[in-house]
Amino acid sequence: MSAAKNGAQRWHAPGRRAGRETNTSGNNAEAGEMNAMLEAYRQAGGDPEALKLPDVATLVVSGDRVLAAHAVPGISFQAEAIQDGVKARIAVEAGARIERPIHLCFGVIPAEGVQVIEAEYDIGDGSQAQFLAHCSFPNAVKVQHRMQARINVGRSAILIYTEEHYHGQGGGVEVLPRAVVNVEQGGRFTTTFSLVRGRAGRMELDYEVDADAGSTVEMTTKAYGSVEDQITVKELVRLNGPQARGLTRTRVAVRDDARSQVFTTMEGNAPGARGHMDCTEIVRGAAEARNTPIVIVRHDQAQVTHEAAIGTVNRKELESLLARGLDEDQAVDLIIRGMLRSESPLAPTLVE
Amino acid sequence: MELVHNRVYGLWAGAMSEPLLRVEGLCLRRDGRDLLRNVNLECYPGQVHTLLGLNGSGKSTLAYTLMGCEGYRPDSGHIWYDGMDIQELSISERARRGLTLAWQEPARFEGIPVGKYVGLGLPQPDRQAVVAALEAVALPAKYYGYRSADRTLSGGERKRVELAAVYAMRPRLAILDEPDSGIDMLTLGDITLLIRRLAMEGSAVLLITHRDELAEVADVASLMCAGSVIFTGGPLEAARYFTTRCIPHLESLGAQPWDETKPEVKMALESNGSIRQGGGPA
Repeated sequence: MSAAKNGAQRWHAPGRRAGRETNTSGNNAEAGEMNAMLEAYRQAGGDPEALKLPDVATLVVSGDRVLAAHAVPGISFQAEAIQDGVKARIAVEAGARIERPIHLCFGVIPAEGVQVIEAEYDIGDGSQAQFLAHCSFPNAVKVQHRMQARINVGRSAILIYTEEHYHGQGGGVEVLPRAVVNVEQGGRFTTTFSLVRGRAGRMELDYEVDADAGSTVEMTTKAYGSVEDQITVKELVRLNGPQARGLTRTRVAVRDDARSQVFTTMEGNAPGARGHMDCTEIVRGAAEARNTPIVIVRHDQAQVTHEAAIGTVNRKELESLLARGLDEDQAVDLIIRGMLRSESPLAPTLVE
Repeated sequence: MELVHNRVYGLWAGAMSEPLLRVEGLCLRRDGRDLLRNVNLECYPGQVHTLLGLNGSGKSTLAYTLMGCEGYRPDSGHIWYDGMDIQELSISERARRGLTLAWQEPARFEGIPVGKYVGLGLPQPDRQAVVAALEAVALPAKYYGYRSADRTLSGGERKRVELAAVYAMRPRLAILDEPDSGIDMLTLGDITLLIRRLAMEGSAVLLITHRDELAEVADVASLMCAGSVIFTGGPLEAARYFTTRCIPHLESLGAQPWDETKPEVKMALESNGSIRQGGGPA
């Protein structure tokens, strides 16, 4: 498997002319698959035009095949095929500041299939990078997407990782994102996982983060379940170093017969460590939401706080919108969509 | 239609001879307490009607009851709005008939941009109307239009957004619950002008406030005490009555005025029975 390092090079999957050229001069099947992925990418909220820009790093994986990969200075991609998927290593050089977001596009176009992504992200000391990952399963009847990521954010590095999903309306998707993250001294890790377009299906998110001294971790998870969707969110943040900071924000809405469970654990293990868990779950119809926060503090100068609001929409918010003439369904939808669209007020920018 | 002159601003506002809102004998009892007691009130198009009163006297309760909020269904009495008793109407239905409320402490909305929130009451999207409404409360649209109406806004900013949303809607009856609280002195002038503009454009405004500066924009004022409207007349008279007779009288009785279980308060209220109630425009 080839690699692209330290330059604007195209990475090619074995046996095919991958990269952007595939779209225009490859065979019809490849071009069709690429076009389908781009359309799915658009449905997931991405901008397909961004994938064509020369200064934007991109990686497009359909099922178990890499359709396109494009690195820019400061980033390297390495990938190899594994059963049902791709194993990828993405590295950002120490000190590199990647100005444009790195676009990742994963998806399964057929109605059935399994996609396994094993990814290693190595964010070098002092570097800054932002990833926008879009995962699309527009026709899914029986699709499983397993993402297993290991992420290391180097000393004083900044990583912003945003993942958005589009699942179509069939509900036949199982999404199992798992990540083990280490944030070194002074590093900053901000991640947002969003599954609010189409049916959630079965989602089991499981993130585990260790934060060293002076580092900052911020995790936002947003999901919208309907019919018989099942949403499980497990987040564990260990604030191991002095002055480490952690924030988890969970926003889940479930309606019909959907179920959601949120397990959030925050550990304050060092002096000056500060953590906060903020969970809002809105329930409509016969849906059910559960929240299990666990606060562990192992140092007398650490502090972890928790707030949760589970239930129907806030009455005052609802009445405020009704007083503008919206009917109740419109108002509830607006509140839920707003909650799921919301950005963290603490979200950092890359250039500081 | 007749013209009514506002003494402070020297403005003439058109006023219909028939009230847009007529509250008759409104009573609300909750948790064993009488929150509203035989409230009578009228609001006319083109007029600002100020509602004064101590904390806990029932002003906000009356506002929520008029808007039809949950838990504020009156036990007896009538709310006539444009000739129709609206007690059976939902909040949405009242709003669609032009009745709206600016909350004293407006709700915060994650992920709803200020511009969108301000435009919610418009019949169709109208960017210019939203921009104009925001500028009317001294919030430049280019800075605030895309910000979320969430807790990143200060209390004063959020209140101004609420007022902009009401103004953009051009309601027939705007109930403004303490729009001045949390507002800095520089912006207070803009808020005052906005209230007058609402009236000048034909809205009836029911303004709940504690501030003299704002009370002075009113054409009519009513004074509430322990759930009752005990005085209706000119705003200066109401303020004078409020400061010279109502408060000292109740304080001299050594009681919290809103504690209606105290016999002395009950006596004080009964002694005010001779004061004109539910009067029309001064």
